[in-house]
Order: sequence, then C-alpha cells, then structure tokens
Amino acid sequence: MTRPLLTVEDLSASYGAVRALCGVSLTVPERGLCAVLGANGAGKTTLLRTLTGLHRAASGRVLLADEDITPLPTEKVITRGLAHVPEGGGVVVELTVEENLRLGALWRADRRDRTTLDEVMDLFPPLAQRRAKAAATLSGGERQMLAIGRALMARPRVLLLDEPSLGLAPLITRRILDLLRDLRDRTGLTVVLVEQNAAGALSVTDHGYVLNQGSVVAEGPSAELLADDRTRHAYLGF
Amino acid sequence: MPLPVRHLLLAALGLAAVAGLLSVTGDLTALRIAAVGYTMLAVAGLQLLVGGSGQVSLGHGAFMMIGAYSMALLVLHQPTLPLAANLGVIVVVSVAAGVAVGAATARLHGPYLAGATLILAVGLPGLAHRFHAFLGGSNGLNIRTAGAPPFLDGLVTTSEWRALVVWTTVVLGLAVLATISAGRLGRRMRAIRDDETAAAMAGVPVGATKVVAFVIASAAGGLAGGLQAYVLGTVTPSSFTLVLSLTLLAALVLGGIGSLWGALWASMAIVYLDVWATDLARAANLGRNAENNLPVVFFGVVLILVLRFWPLGVHGALRSLGARLRAVRSDTSSRTPQ
Amino acid sequence: MNYFVTLTLNGLASGAAYAALALSLVIIYQATRLVNFAQPALALLSVYTAYTVTQLTGSYWLGFAAALTAGLLVGAFVERVIIRPIARTSQLNAIIVTLGLLLVVQGGVGMVWGNEQHGFRYAFSYVGRFAPSDVFALVAVGVVALLLFALYRFTPLGLRMRAAAFHPEAARLSGVRVGLMLTAGWGIASLIGALAGMLAGPPFISPNVFDVVFVFGITAAVVGGLDNPFGAVIGGLLIGLGMSYVSGFLGPELATLAALVIVVAVLSVRPDGILSRPTARKV
Repeated sequence: MTRPLLTVEDLSASYGAVRALCGVSLTVPERGLCAVLGANGAGKTTLLRTLTGLHRAASGRVLLADEDITPLPTEKVITRGLAHVPEGGGVVVELTVEENLRLGALWRADRRDRTTLDEVMDLFPPLAQRRAKAAATLSGGERQMLAIGRALMARPRVLLLDEPSLGLAPLITRRILDLLRDLRDRTGLTVVLVEQNAAGALSVTDHGYVLNQGSVVAEGPSAELLADDRTRHAYLGF
Repeated sequence: MPLPVRHLLLAALGLAAVAGLLSVTGDLTALRIAAVGYTMLAVAGLQLLVGGSGQVSLGHGAFMMIGAYSMALLVLHQPTLPLAANLGVIVVVSVAAGVAVGAATARLHGPYLAGATLILAVGLPGLAHRFHAFLGGSNGLNIRTAGAPPFLDGLVTTSEWRALVVWTTVVLGLAVLATISAGRLGRRMRAIRDDETAAAMAGVPVGATKVVAFVIASAAGGLAGGLQAYVLGTVTPSSFTLVLSLTLLAALVLGGIGSLWGALWASMAIVYLDVWATDLARAANLGRNAENNLPVVFFGVVLILVLRFWPLGVHGALRSLGARLRAVRSDTSSRTPQ
Repeated sequence: MNYFVTLTLNGLASGAAYAALALSLVIIYQATRLVNFAQPALALLSVYTAYTVTQLTGSYWLGFAAALTAGLLVGAFVERVIIRPIARTSQLNAIIVTLGLLLVVQGGVGMVWGNEQHGFRYAFSYVGRFAPSDVFALVAVGVVALLLFALYRFTPLGLRMRAAAFHPEAARLSGVRVGLMLTAGWGIASLIGALAGMLAGPPFISPNVFDVVFVFGITAAVVGGLDNPFGAVIGGLLIGLGMSYVSGFLGPELATLAALVIVVAVLSVRPDGILSRPTARKV
C-alpha cells in the first residue's frame, strides 16, 4: 500500500453541547478512492466540514501529506490541495457556468492558463454548451457536474464529495460515480466520497468507512463491506 | 391574580417609587424624571414593535411629533378641555396616524420598512414649515398649561406635579403594553418575529397583526410626545429630528430588547448620558462646538461599546450577572456543611 | 414648458448624487444584507477632509482626491474594526451600530469643524441651466457606475467579491478570503459615497448637510431594489427628477414626504424594488 495522503487522527467536533464526531480516525492512501457511509445524522457531513475547516475541530488532527492542516482557515486549506464539494454542490447560482469554474482556480498563480478550464469542459460537455448561462438555469445533474468541475479547477490532490447523488436520477448518479473512478484511474486524484447511497458508493470505491453516531463502527475494503451482511443490515440499510 | 390586575398593582408601585424619588430631589431633577417617564413610554411602544413583532421602525420620532403638536394645538384652540381629555384625543389622533402609516407600509419588510419610516422621520417636520401659519414654522408653538391644583399649593412644585402627571400616564400606558404583550396578540407578534411564513401557516393573520403592532407603538409614541409638550411647554420641528428617531431605536437595543426593563434603561440612557456629557463638556471647558456635540458622540460611543461587549444590551448583561451571582451563591451554600 | 425643462435638468444633476449614494448603500447591502446607515456620515467625513485639504493647498482637485481616499480608508476601517465583531452576534445589532456610528461621526465632525455652515465650492461653474458642474456630476457618476460594472464583471477581484456576497461558503471553498472581500466592498462603497458627498455638498456644508440627501439616496436604493446596482442608478435619477418636480411645483418642504409616497407606492406593487427578480423563500 502507498503512503497515506490524508490522515485523520482522533477527530472530535460538536455543535454546542451536541457531539457530532467522537474520535474519528481514518487514512486515505494516495490514489485512494474511499467511501464514508452511514445513516442521516451519523456525522458524515460534519466530518467533511471539519476536514476543510468550515467547522472547527474540538480535538484531534487532520494531516495532508504530513502537514497538520487542522488549524488552517478554509481558504488556506484549499490552497494545500484539498477540494470540497459540499452537499447540494454549493454552486453560486448568480454567476455564469464559466465564472463558477474560473472561481475555483482564482487562488492559483497560473489562473490565466486555460488548459484546466478546457479539460473540465471536455470532461462535462453539458457545461461547455452552457458556459455563458447563469448557473441557476442548470438542472440538478448539471449543477453537480459544475460543482465537481469547480473543485477540479483547483487541481486538488484530494477531492471530498458530500452526497453527489442527492436528488439525482439513478442514471445520472451512476455516471457521476463512474466518472470519479475514471478520474482516479486516469489522473491519480485521491477521492473521499460521502454517501447515503451505500450500494452505489461501495461499487466504485476500493475502501469504505461506516460512521454511526459520530464514530467509525466498521471499515474495510469495499468488496468486504458489501459482502458483510451484519454491517449492511445494521448501518447501511440494504 | 389576573394579569391586568397584577400589572396595575406594579404600576401603582412604580408610581409610588417615583413619588418617593420626587419628594427627596429638587426641581431640576423632577423635570429629568418626567423626561425619563415620557421617553420610556415611547421606547416601550417601540419595544412592542421591534422586540415583539420584529418590525424595525426608524420613524418613531414622527409619532412623538404628531402627539406633541396635537397637544399644543388642543391647548391653544380648545383651552377649556381638561388634560385627561387632551391625552385621550392624542391617543385617538396617533392611532389614526398609525393606522394610515401602518396600512401603507404593511407590505414592506425588513430594510424596506426601515427605509420608509426613516423618510417619514425626516419628512414630517417639513409640514411645520409648509403650514407655517397653523403650526408655527421653525419657531414652533408655545403653550401654557395649568400647574398643580390649588389644594396642593405648597405641597408640590409645578415641576413635581408635572412629573407626577407624566408618570401616572406612563405607568398606565406601560401596564396596558405589558398586558397586550403577555396576551394572545403578543404571542402572535412573537410568532411573526420568529418566522413570518411559519406564523402564517399556523393561522396567524400576519398583515393585520403587524398593522396592529404598528398602531399600538404609534399610540405610545404619540402619547409620549403629548406628555413632552405638556412638560416643556413648547414644540418645535427641530426637536423631532432624525437623530431623535435613531436615538429611540438605538437606546432600545442598548437597554435590551424584549423586556420593559430594557425600555427603562434605554430612557435613562437617553436622558442622563445627555446630561452627563453636557456637564462634562462644560466642566472641561471644551468650548461651544464640543458642548453642542459631545452628548451625541457620547451616546454613540456608549452604544457601540455596549453592543460590542453585551450583545443583549444592558438588561441582558444584568440578567446574566444575576444568574452568575445566584450560581455562585447556591454553589457556596451547597458546600457549607449542613 | 421652459420651467419644466429646467426642473428636468436640475433633477438629473441632483439625481446623480442620489444615484451615487444609493450605489454605495447597495454595494454593502448586497455583500452583507446590512443597510449602512452610517454611509452619509462617512461621506461627511470625506467631504470635510476635502474642505480642509482645499483650504490648506488651495486646490479643489487635491481636496477631491483626498475625499475619495478618505472614503476608501474609512469604509474599510469601519468594516474591519467596528462592524465585523458585531455582525457576528446579530443583524439588528449591526444595523444599530451603524446608527451609533452615524451619531458619533456627525457629532465628531461638529466638534472638530463646528456646527455652522462652511462655504464649499463646486468642481466647475454652476451658473446657468445645465451648468458645467451639473454635467460633471452626471459624467462622474456615469463613469463610476461603468468602472464598478467592469470591476464586478471582468476582474478576478470582482468575481471574488460577487462570490463572497452571493455564497460566502462556496467562496471560501474556492479559496476566497471572504472577510477581505467584505472590507474591500465597504472601502469601495464608501469611496462612491464620498463622491456623492462631493457632488451634493456644495454650496455649503454643515454636519447635517447630508440628512436630506441620505433620505433621497435611500429612497433611490429602495425603489431600485436594495439588491441591484443598476436599480440604484436608475432609482437615483428617477428620484432626482421626482423631487425636482415636487419642489418646483408643490414646494420644497414637501419633497421628503413625496419621497415617502413614492417609496410606499412602488414597494406596495413590487416589494423588492422596480428591478428586483422574484425570488423564492430560502429555507
């Protein structure tokens, strides 16, 4: 196994008096494609938000290639190579498709370089067709593509995705999941995928973690989790 | 004990406290106590509007102006009417004005309502100039009202009598406001403040309730203005500037939103920060420019600092202090061996 | 007819100042959902700075530059030091603090420069119908509006500012320092407010000189839609025209009340201003 790129050590976080994460530890190797699963309220979204500093950790550390990024503000975390597609995509609907994409690369010194923009447009042909339209006019699937595209514009080392399949038709979900795997295989991108759609997520990822009430209750290769009836019934609901 | 009775008893207690205070202080202080009184009534009306229904009005001074000019006109043109009747008429007039403005602005929300009421506050004094003959232009109107009744001669001075009249009206007004706020109307207003859409879905008549809140606040403001005219004996357009309206709202937040106590701290801040700053400027011999402007600056600085360090205002700060003291006391008492 | 044309031209010229002030309010409202009631006070401070610089150097244009610079710096300072710590606690408190700032600055200006009026000159000759100073007002505001449009539309800074205003979290996730964008927005807004002050100040300035201008500025912003810079400019010119007609035909004392009637009438039909887009409630 290659060395871990993203390491989470004993991470805890809370909202006021409510504990949302209790001592979560996980590691994602370089070129890893990792699923974080669990029911509603298990702490998946909080985990991602704490990784990128949108939510402050109460204790524990987040390491990105040996650098402790826990104390950094979100806008700095992004420049270290972590990209985060929040739940619902977080597309700025008032901006055009192209502006949303350019926004993703604004912090980079080579932001005038158009190759990344062209690559993302190639990856998502519907976006290329609507590049000058306001993002508000996009369909749900197209918005999710735009959100992923904006994250890719930053040329991240790790891509965090929060429920990209939420509210999308099964066919589009399938395409997005396949695309993630394809990206990893072609470009070596590391991906952490948070999903409620456990069956879909486990079918494309190579490793999985199951959260319940803020703690990791099961982990292992995706194929093994898929085969483990007890975990499936207890936490994944299929 | 039913709530209105309790509020009336509290009102009587408050009035007794004011009377006690008046008996041990001088004439100048009596005027200031009266000023605290009518200012408190105005702020309490605003409290119901902002703290209760969540509508932000920057034009409360306009209703004080309506009340003050009504009082002056009544005294000048109907000199035989008793004071109580004048106050009654003023309430009717300010309710009418409140209905007109409230209905016109019922569809305005948030900053749009604030903007519209701000324009009202700046625009209304213009009427005094426009109808110069009737409203006296920039010199305003001067009135003379009766002092203490003959049988109290030698017992109370004119200023003390006026302060008592003001506070009698004020505590009655406050009792009414407190009763409204504790009742069904108050609950509806708070529901609207917390979430307008949810309140509407729960069957609260949103538009009507907002207008009613606006009207009650206007009535309190008008009555306060009338009392001010009664105490000062003069009304001029320059006493009802934008700064007055802004100060009323700012003081309310400074005192603490959501409680009549907040209105008391607010009115004391308005009256006494002004007095202290003027004294300070005079004592330090800072010159006329400083003397004229220091009160406003002082008030602004206190406002910014209080909100910076006590976001819930003076009342909120006192409450958390009280809670902490109680916690300490119960802590020590539980530690002492029984 | 001739009178009507005069009123129209005067209205457009004074409307330029209202448009600039409305623009400065809208920029801040867009970014922070806050009506900056301290805006006229910041403009006042800028204009008095210009007054002193002009007195010392004898140059109107040095004073003009000083006013815009002062506006930029004071606006940024106010956002960073006074507004931001309070905006975290509550929206109403932030509004009240802008009111407190208005009182402090207005009073402070009175303490330093006195409450009496000072003569304050126009940029150009003001003699005659549609005088050079009127043309300057319209051109200056037109240029500023175009520059602002270009900044928002075509520069990386503008894109960052828009993203930070519309969707702070998405902006942060794209590496935008949202706080810095707010400071920049306040600075730019106050610079434009200072321009409004330079246009509306003459011929005399005093601590209360912008009270009525502010009323018309906020009327313009509200009528145009607090969310819409274009609306602010259009609203400013419309209010300038409307107030000029009301003053000319009915009397200047009624102008502010007429503004109130216009606001209520427009908002009763379109609760978010003339140019607003209908938006669904955000849950």
